[in-house]
Amino acid sequence: MKEFKFDTLVIGGGSAGMAAALEVSRRGFTVAVAERENSMGGILNQCIHNGFGLHHFKEELSGPAYAEKFIDMVETSNIEVFIDMTVMDIEETGDLKYAYGLSKLTGMIKFCVKTVVFANGCRERNRGSIGTPGTRPSGVFTAGLAQRLVNMEGYIPGKECVIVGSGDIGLIMARRMTWVGAKVKAVIEIQSYPAGLTRNIVQCLNDFDIPLYLSHVVGEIHGKDRVESIDVIPLKKGIEQKDKTFNIKCDSLLLAVGLVPDNELIQKIGISINPETNGPIVDRQLMTAKNGIFACGNVLHVHDLVDFVTEESERCGRYVSNYLDKKIPAEQFRSIPGQNVKYLVPNYYSPINENKFYLRTMVVKNRAELIVKVNDKEILRKKLKHIQPSEMISFSIPGGTVDCISECRDNTLEVHIV
Amino acid sequence: MKEKIFDIAIIGAGVVGASIARKLSSYNLKIALLEKECDVSFGVSKANSGIIHGGFHHGSEYLKSKLEVQGNRMFDQLEQELHFPFRRCGIIVVAFSFEEMKTVEHLFMNGIANKVVGIEMCNRRRILALEPKLNTDVIGGLYAPAGGIIEPYRFVFSLVESALKNGVELFTEFKVVSAEKNDHAFKIFSESGAVVDSKWVVNASGLFADEISNIFKAEKFKITPRKGEEFLLDRNSAARTDHVIFPVPDSVSKGILVIPTVEGTTMLGPTAIPQDSKEDVSTSSLNLDMVFSSARKIVPSISQRDIITSFTGLRPALESGDFYIDISEKQAHFIQVAGIQSPGLTAVPAIAEYVKDLLKKDGLVLTEKSSYDPEIDKLPRMRTLHPEEADALIKTNPAFGEIVCRCESVSEAEIVAAVRHGHTTLDGIKFYTRAQMGRCQGGFCTDRIIKIIQRETGLSYEEITKRGKNSWLIKDRIGDLKVNSYRGIQ
Amino acid sequence: MKKDMVCISCPMGCRITAEWENENDITVTGNKCPRGIVYGREEILSPKRVVTATININSSWLGRLPVMTTGTIPKGMIDSLLNKIYKMHLDVPIVRDDIIIKDIENTGIDLIATRSVKT
Repeated sequence: MKEFKFDTLVIGGGSAGMAAALEVSRRGFTVAVAERENSMGGILNQCIHNGFGLHHFKEELSGPAYAEKFIDMVETSNIEVFIDMTVMDIEETGDLKYAYGLSKLTGMIKFCVKTVVFANGCRERNRGSIGTPGTRPSGVFTAGLAQRLVNMEGYIPGKECVIVGSGDIGLIMARRMTWVGAKVKAVIEIQSYPAGLTRNIVQCLNDFDIPLYLSHVVGEIHGKDRVESIDVIPLKKGIEQKDKTFNIKCDSLLLAVGLVPDNELIQKIGISINPETNGPIVDRQLMTAKNGIFACGNVLHVHDLVDFVTEESERCGRYVSNYLDKKIPAEQFRSIPGQNVKYLVPNYYSPINENKFYLRTMVVKNRAELIVKVNDKEILRKKLKHIQPSEMISFSIPGGTVDCISECRDNTLEVHIV
Repeated sequence: MKEKIFDIAIIGAGVVGASIARKLSSYNLKIALLEKECDVSFGVSKANSGIIHGGFHHGSEYLKSKLEVQGNRMFDQLEQELHFPFRRCGIIVVAFSFEEMKTVEHLFMNGIANKVVGIEMCNRRRILALEPKLNTDVIGGLYAPAGGIIEPYRFVFSLVESALKNGVELFTEFKVVSAEKNDHAFKIFSESGAVVDSKWVVNASGLFADEISNIFKAEKFKITPRKGEEFLLDRNSAARTDHVIFPVPDSVSKGILVIPTVEGTTMLGPTAIPQDSKEDVSTSSLNLDMVFSSARKIVPSISQRDIITSFTGLRPALESGDFYIDISEKQAHFIQVAGIQSPGLTAVPAIAEYVKDLLKKDGLVLTEKSSYDPEIDKLPRMRTLHPEEADALIKTNPAFGEIVCRCESVSEAEIVAAVRHGHTTLDGIKFYTRAQMGRCQGGFCTDRIIKIIQRETGLSYEEITKRGKNSWLIKDRIGDLKVNSYRGIQ
Repeated sequence: MKKDMVCISCPMGCRITAEWENENDITVTGNKCPRGIVYGREEILSPKRVVTATININSSWLGRLPVMTTGTIPKGMIDSLLNKIYKMHLDVPIVRDDIIIKDIENTGIDLIATRSVKT
């Protein structure tokens, strides 16, 4: 079995992995990237629509174009990329980590590294996880699988489809299916408000007169061998009104019902998961409880904008480099989500340094305020024009702002939204 | 043209039909195995819990008890020959009250009467020592160390593979619709027009055993489907136990079990609800709460968050509640093997022997085949290999190094093997390799699997199905449909 | 005449209102940048969209080439553009930003590749 030594192994060659790897490489360290597809780019490769890079590149690119800008940088750097490689396991001995990467091109490779960065993205929630009853016909696809079949293979998964979930993925697929000649009969959304950007409601639904059923759920799937129809049930104050069930004839059902960090390997090696994000618990340096093992991008928490992924992953790369430089991080304390906040990343902060946080709120509100407190003292207050759970919020606390640290208090930082 | 006349035609390639076929393939006989679906194990056997029972649930007066205990003992050798996943993890029955302990005692007495080795009554301390995750309210129970778990579809596939290796001919998509008899043999007609001639017929057709019996003008009986729904929890669930845990059974069923599957997941269920339809395998939302509250009573750390998926199966129940395995009294050379519900899987190796003996009694001449080979090749599975083993394997076949299903670590070589063994549908490949069974439920691997099927079989995308018949996946490509998206634009 | 709408020029989604009495005199309010005015006017006169799609390509590893229009084109042209490109077959190599169709129906807008494919 071949053995290679690197300072860092990055698991995943998508937007997160490439940004983190580039940063570490720029700082002069040796980096390997293990990517399981036959090219880098990750999920961006199948997101052929535009809307990427407005913040980072100040232009609106398609997913593959955004990815390629990074691929070009990686290819001209000293980063060594292992394509078609799946990382199967990681062992630790003292300060070193051994990662086993499997590839048909190279066989099994043992990477002996000082740091590992998990950047392996997320996966989709599916019929099993939402427990939709009924028969098990073919024709039920997760939206991401349907997107891959359409955009990478040129297949049309169905002629008449219903989409469950009005998040951006569901909306984008409503347009994509329409643009390949299929008929999208409805988009079903459990909440009383659409989950995706208004822009997408306009250009993906309104443009095509696709009805959006808010506060509705899929009752049952019908069809023996292939989907034939679905039942749709309206909700009133969250309760199913079964007597008002109606049926939509269709030959395919696309489920855009949520994303979950792909945390199997992380859990396998014993790293604790944050139940609110389903990603690992990390400190300010985006390092997990295991020394030298970091996480960034969708595997840490599911993002909406790839620009945020890039920003977070570049930061991660900086912290990895600091670790390799044996820089001792400043003292950290816990940071926790408070009122109306679903989750907060990272889970630790440093009072003397700048801290960047990402969070999601649990409420929909216009003119909200974000309040940060430490030891009951208000540290920061920020106005937020419009907030909703499907739009991630990010903010910074400049270094030195937290001046109320006390030895007899726990110094936990709380973020509230009111 | 002289048509081939088989000695035996076995109707149904589920676990029962497959084991009978394999047993008979050790003799010099021409055997046809007829299956109405496009692949084996797609009927009742598809949704089996995979439990090798402990021999104490039923009184010794039942045929099923005798065959259960005999069958249980035969699994070690079968595993050696056929390499399906199997673990003798032991079975525990838990009691929470004095009344329940009385029932447990009754089960224990059954076990003694059935001559089960190693069965013991446990007090509270013993049972909690055996299984620390149990609800501490438990007051005692029963421990049957001979109980175990297998991966049922891999078992059926390996039985069929072994049977085919030893000369059995498999006819899939052969739905028996009518039959005639002349002096020499039965003429068996399929829906598609294919015909098989055979001297003897074994009715192992699961849910449809009563209909097949009618077609052959044999005994009249009724198979009542009983639906069982099960829930699958993922590998990392903290609630995974070491043993299969049973509650105390009631008059209807063995109850909601906690099953640590041999693959590493945890399964809860099955429910037991009779119904009329032999084809309705739809799931229901009502069962979820009921199953989870029952399961949590036994293992409190079970959480709904861990659910990957649920599925249902139908058991072929007879009114007598026992197996009906006998030479037909109404039709000559016709063997009935009906009503094989729990403990059917466990009993199956013994059922095969029993049926062989019935055939012999009925006049079938059995001479042993000298070329019979009970073993089949063992297919390496990447998920179970150490890094050095994996590396060596890839050097012999690089396709082992391409992981197609990341959730279950299934390599391309394993999927190719599945296809080459005749499993050309998504479900067939799923049951053979476990690809699509993990947390993403096929979200990442489905399109790769479609590509492999196309490459290996030459099937076009329109011909690839989820499980045969009309379960098509994709009918159109971009360019086939006219785009007319902006109607009503002035 | 008046129409309320949401501007889609960028993800902000400003709520704007277009008011007009005749085609030559449309005023737009509520926008936070000049693009909103352009969008508001065009939605009334001639709604336009950016189009993204994929085209068949004879690559050894990539099934479909992703493409995008360099700007918005009138809605009425989109269906015929899509139906046309879905019949095309492209050859490798392609470099990102290569023009696949120049000046779509005299709009001045091109259709370009958004990914490079060497083989």
